[in-house]
Amino acid sequence: MSFTETMTVNMGPQHPSTHGVLQLVLELDGETVTKATPHIGFLHRGTEKLSENRTYHQIIPLTDRLDYLAPMHNNLGYVLAVEKLFGITDKIPERAKVVRVMMAEITRIKSHLVWIACHALDIGAMTVFIYAFREREHIMNMYEKLSGARMTSNYFRVGGLSADLPDGFEKDVRDFIDAMPGHIDTYEGLLTGNKIWQKRVMGVGEISGEAAIDIGLTGPALRSSGVDWDLRRDNPYSGYEDYNFKVHVDDGCDTWARYKVRLLEMREACKIIRQCLDKLKPGPILADCPKICLPPKKNVVNTIEGLIHHFKIITEGPKPEVGEIYQGVENPKGEVGFYLVSDGSPRPYRMKIRPASFVNLQALPQMVEGRLIADVVAVIGTLDIVLGEIDR
Amino acid sequence: MSEHAAVAKLKGKFPDSVLDVVEFRGETTMIVKKEDIVAICSFMKKDLGYNFLCDLCGVDYLGKSPRFMVVYNIYNITTKDRLRLKVPVEEADARVDTVSGVWGTANWHERECWDLMGISFNNHPDLRRILMADDWVGHPLRKDYPLQGPGREPYKGRYK
Repeated sequence: MSFTETMTVNMGPQHPSTHGVLQLVLELDGETVTKATPHIGFLHRGTEKLSENRTYHQIIPLTDRLDYLAPMHNNLGYVLAVEKLFGITDKIPERAKVVRVMMAEITRIKSHLVWIACHALDIGAMTVFIYAFREREHIMNMYEKLSGARMTSNYFRVGGLSADLPDGFEKDVRDFIDAMPGHIDTYEGLLTGNKIWQKRVMGVGEISGEAAIDIGLTGPALRSSGVDWDLRRDNPYSGYEDYNFKVHVDDGCDTWARYKVRLLEMREACKIIRQCLDKLKPGPILADCPKICLPPKKNVVNTIEGLIHHFKIITEGPKPEVGEIYQGVENPKGEVGFYLVSDGSPRPYRMKIRPASFVNLQALPQMVEGRLIADVVAVIGTLDIVLGEIDR
Repeated sequence: MSEHAAVAKLKGKFPDSVLDVVEFRGETTMIVKKEDIVAICSFMKKDLGYNFLCDLCGVDYLGKSPRFMVVYNIYNITTKDRLRLKVPVEEADARVDTVSGVWGTANWHERECWDLMGISFNNHPDLRRILMADDWVGHPLRKDYPLQGPGREPYKGRYK
């Protein structure tokens, strides 16, 4: 029972627990949140508008900057969408597909590491943050070896990959996935049996499966509400149908369930990466579609055809047929989709990005209203939002 | 080519509403009348099981009539099937009925569509700008909105 007036409090955009520039206007009755209104758009860069003025190849670096914690997933979603638009999906060489899946799963671990680090830090478990970022550093180093950049990788290309794996890369990956399950045990040792952690996450931010579908939750957040849906298994892309993996579902519907599901997903990702390493055979890494895919530099400087194709693709850009397609991929945070409309010109007429975090954030008010203000921090952490993707 | 199963069912239920059906790369797009969009979406959700709205956006076909299309990418979680609905919207009457009563997730998608494309939604519970500032003038994703923003020299390419 309370006799006080409600009070409006600003949380963010400069607030360490809002994971970027998210502003929440909270109406409080004592410590209870009666209304939460998210304000977004502080990081809006107009990616969709920019894309309409670039050729299909030039857009790939823009997609890195959406969900910057999982850049390769955005690259993957985009290049798959473009390949579908050009009708070259079945021409992608096997090696490129395997490397794509491998890097996508490494990226999943990378993204989940930031989630567990920041989520635990927000709630007060600081050690996990240090440990998780130590492991993330290994992945960043792998990224650097592979693409030259630690975060904005820009590694996938329409039709394949920008470069083959560097020497010794497979060993790095194998060492990493050999060690990773042990590291996950460490995080679990710090958190799972921890009474304080349990009290902060159990029963917090509950959302039923039905409500989750209605509000559009995807990814681990949806699977923790008991909905068995994973695009990797249900609408497989890039050869995911050839891998043996389990989709983890939990009926808990709360922050605790989402914690368990994401940890299991990290373990599952290690298994998928191991299968990728076993599948990896030498071979071409770029589809044989010279009018669409950028030729390797070796061909550009040595053959006249390569030079002409390179010149045409760079100056004019490949032209798809008139049409429209939608391609969704299972990002660590949920479904990221690219809806491309082509009018036959070398630039997309319209590109709509379906961001996972944007839609997931929409569930925040109904998950925190009626709960304590401290739970807001836990719910933001468990939704695993990235403002780069929300604001685009 | 075999027609999508949902197309026949929708045509049977709303014979006058389906204006066109397009197949491209194995994806089905249905263009339907704007007046019936809420009824059609409710039917798609309740009777055909398309319980998930993936995405909603507007497309500006400047110079054509009708000028805008509102696009609904819907998904059936049980049968794992995708479908696309499109609604033509005239520039003079750029308003569509909201589907946020059918799928709650449409709320923010429609706000974004209003913010960036300038298509308004009737009976929307909270139609405010979402990505741009509240006092912003214009709708940036319209084709007649300059890339570099209003009041600046248009971009002519890097080497011109």
